[in-house]
Amino acid sequence: MSGDIMLETRRQIGICNACRYCEGYCSVFPSINLKRNISDADILNLANLCHNCRGCYYACQYIEPHEFALNLPKILAELRQKSWRDHVWPAAFSSIFHSGAMAAGGALIAGFALFIWQARMLRPESGEGFYAAISHAMLLALFLPAFMFALFSVAISLRRYWKSIGGGRISPGDFLFALRMAAGMRDLSGGHGQGCNYEDQDRYSNARRWFHQAAMYGFGLCFAATCAGTVLHYGFDLKAPYALTSLPKLLGISGGVLLCAGTLGLGWLKLKADRNLGAAALWGGEMAFVVLLFTVSLSGLALAAFAANGLTGFLLPLHLGAVLAFFLLVPYSKMIHGFYRFAALLHDAARSRSA
Amino acid sequence: MLPSPESGSEIIVIGGGNAALCAAMSAAEAGARVQLLEAAPRPCRGGNSRHTRNFRCMHKAPNAVLTDVYGEEEYFDDLLKVTAGHTDERLAKLVIRASEGCYAWMQAHGVYFQPSLSGALSLARTNAFFLGGGTALLNAYYRKARALGVTILYEAEVSHLDVQEDKVRELVFTHEGRSRRISPRAVIAASGGFESNPGWLAEAWGPAAKNFITRGTAYNQGMVLKDLLDQGAQSVSDPAQCHAVAIDGRAPKFDGGIVTRLDCVPFSIVVNKNAARFYDEGEDVWPKRYAIWGRLVAAQPDQIAYAIIDSTSLELFMPSVFPPEKADTIEELAVKLGLPPQKLSQTVNAYNAACAPGRFHPSEMDGLATKGLTPPKSNWARALTTPPFYGYSLRTGITFTYLGLKVDEKARVQGANGAVENLWAAGEIMAGSILGQGYLAGIGMTIGTVFGRIAGQEAANYVR
Ligand SMILES: Cc1cc2nc3c(=O)[nH]c(=O)nc-3n(C[C@H](O)[C@H](O)[C@H](O)COP(=O)(O)OP(=O)(O)OC[C@H]3O[C@@H](n4cnc5c(N)ncnc54)[C@H](O)[C@@H]3O)c2cc1C
Ligand code: SF4
Ligand code: SF4
Repeated sequence: MSGDIMLETRRQIGICNACRYCEGYCSVFPSINLKRNISDADILNLANLCHNCRGCYYACQYIEPHEFALNLPKILAELRQKSWRDHVWPAAFSSIFHSGAMAAGGALIAGFALFIWQARMLRPESGEGFYAAISHAMLLALFLPAFMFALFSVAISLRRYWKSIGGGRISPGDFLFALRMAAGMRDLSGGHGQGCNYEDQDRYSNARRWFHQAAMYGFGLCFAATCAGTVLHYGFDLKAPYALTSLPKLLGISGGVLLCAGTLGLGWLKLKADRNLGAAALWGGEMAFVVLLFTVSLSGLALAAFAANGLTGFLLPLHLGAVLAFFLLVPYSKMIHGFYRFAALLHDAARSRSA
Repeated sequence: MLPSPESGSEIIVIGGGNAALCAAMSAAEAGARVQLLEAAPRPCRGGNSRHTRNFRCMHKAPNAVLTDVYGEEEYFDDLLKVTAGHTDERLAKLVIRASEGCYAWMQAHGVYFQPSLSGALSLARTNAFFLGGGTALLNAYYRKARALGVTILYEAEVSHLDVQEDKVRELVFTHEGRSRRISPRAVIAASGGFESNPGWLAEAWGPAAKNFITRGTAYNQGMVLKDLLDQGAQSVSDPAQCHAVAIDGRAPKFDGGIVTRLDCVPFSIVVNKNAARFYDEGEDVWPKRYAIWGRLVAAQPDQIAYAIIDSTSLELFMPSVFPPEKADTIEELAVKLGLPPQKLSQTVNAYNAACAPGRFHPSEMDGLATKGLTPPKSNWARALTTPPFYGYSLRTGITFTYLGLKVDEKARVQGANGAVENLWAAGEIMAGSILGQGYLAGIGMTIGTVFGRIAGQEAANYVR
């Protein structure tokens, strides 16, 4: 079926190119109009430029029952998913994209079980806070490889993708441009800051953009908290548990709250949005991923809140299990979209510059 | 349950396009209870308005999307030129002056604008483009209308207004297969022209009309227009006046919209089904000639024509939705297009022989003309010699018809003895007053917005 998705996308954007009414919504349309004969590589990149804001669906005079049957958000979502699957490394597990819900749940449970098991068997003789439940060495032994795997795998996937879209040299200007676009989620702004048409059909709303921002920056802060902790641990020999006013805690708690709120909001919006305007077959996988991130943030926050109440023994394995599952799933889940989007923005900036 | 139309609505608005929605919102804002009857089902709502992209807007200073200035005089001059004076000056000037305020009014009712589309830059000074086009505009209006308490009935087709003693006494419409009658206090007719009605088009154009394509909605049957004209309402323009352009012959019978437009004529030679040329393809810049080619094609046998270009011109015009036929020789192309090959090759040879070397400039009148050819090609005449050759079929595409109801500056419909007390009209159904012939891009939406707002306010004043 894969060739059909590309052909169908080509058909639909051919209609858009003759129409252009949606030019002001996002980066996709100016990119379509850039060249008369758009290549498959360029179309592939369009798919990753699209943020599924759906403005161009509700605005389109050619959606069904019209014989032109436009549904650009859907076909681009399908092509986008396919691009992730086609470039993922190791490819052997690419079916996880399809069975994402099961995989995420399974990984979570496995991780959780592993931690309970190891917490029982390998509890350190001494240690404070959560190092009473799990030794630092053990943490490192589990997470470093998982993290390195995620990093390595994403890097290879992106390299392959970059090759497929014919990506070349990028200038510092391109980079800054892509960064600005991504940092402000400009492609979800609807062109005027009025937002997208997601949870309530053609009503413009910024809900998705703000929840996504919360999740994205929340995630960033959590990651920064972990880095800060690592630096304190190794650089200054300052060990957890940290005080509430310490950098890791401040970053971690604010990040956790944002990520929690963001994923909750995104999941809620997803329930209300029309599934037929996305890659319907992968809805479950995407939702599972939102739930996984929500679990990571909520269990992390709970850990911070209830550490003193002796719940660490239960919460810690849950949290760490979720984090481990998250890292292992990065290359095979919705999480990968962030990397592809950024690559797509970079390439598009370079392409428009040289056009 | 859909709201029952009998539930105390004071004003009935007939139609579901731009003019109808502007009228309904304005009336509701003035405090009236409004019911809107749209003939089309929900997915096809919005008439021709959903295919639009901009409106022509007077402005004294540049704004976010419009460049420079566009004043009343210039606007009116432009209108005079295209209509050759067939316009009601008072109504036209009223529309032009009011167009300035429409920009902010539309935004206040949920419309977003975008800079002129790539490929339509020549309109950047005069026309404000809707973000997402007319469908997005209508989505915003329907939402706003509902929020203002307007009740909306789809698949509700009005067939008769009973006008007695200069007053609408009763309105008949069908909904869910049943005929219903109501007696509203006021009625606004915004139900478009008759461009979707092949029978009526045939009355005006003869059998040729069967080969016409309607570029917009299938629901503008002109039922209300005909009903009112039959009851003695005064008319403007005439049945054969309309906006008709040459579009891709493979366009769907209805609702093909903007993407079936073909802008290749100035760079091509255009032949009829006998492979003979019939008109100067390079007479003027395309935006000025766009609207005459519908009629030219309509006058050819079987109402079909073919535009032929070579590979040097392929990228000089906006792409159309259907790829052209392509061949390495003119004869081969003729076979693919169903034209007599020998004849086409003679026509091309004669044309090529009449072409002279010179500077070719695609975006301005370059004076590169044929010598000793009839009909001549006055600009952009380059020999067709670089294969592959490409061909498009052309048909007449009707945008909308101009025959309409005569109204006064309060949008009141003029019956046999003067104004009908409780009947107003807006949009295509009365646009012929201003646009007696010809066309000025973007003025259709302006007329509908201005007169829709007037009709809504006037009707609300009347029922209050
Ligand atoms: C492809 C295309 C592009 C265009 N682009 C532009 C543009 O960019 N700018 C511009 O200014 N103009 C444009 N026009 C012209 C423009 O569409 C019209 O001038 C304008 O939309 C008229 O608005 P209206 O509300 O009067 O009619 P419409 O929008 O056609 O609405 C008529 C409504 O009445 C309903 N109706 C019909 N009969 C009945 C009945 N018996 N009972 C109940 N309801 C009925 C129809 O279903 C429809 O909803 C374009 C037209 C086409 C076809
Ligand atoms: S999505 Fe529809 S309205 Fe938008 S550019 Fe494409 S064809 Fe035009
Ligand atoms: S869904 Fe939104 S982001 Fe995607 S192409 Fe359409 S308008 Fe652009």
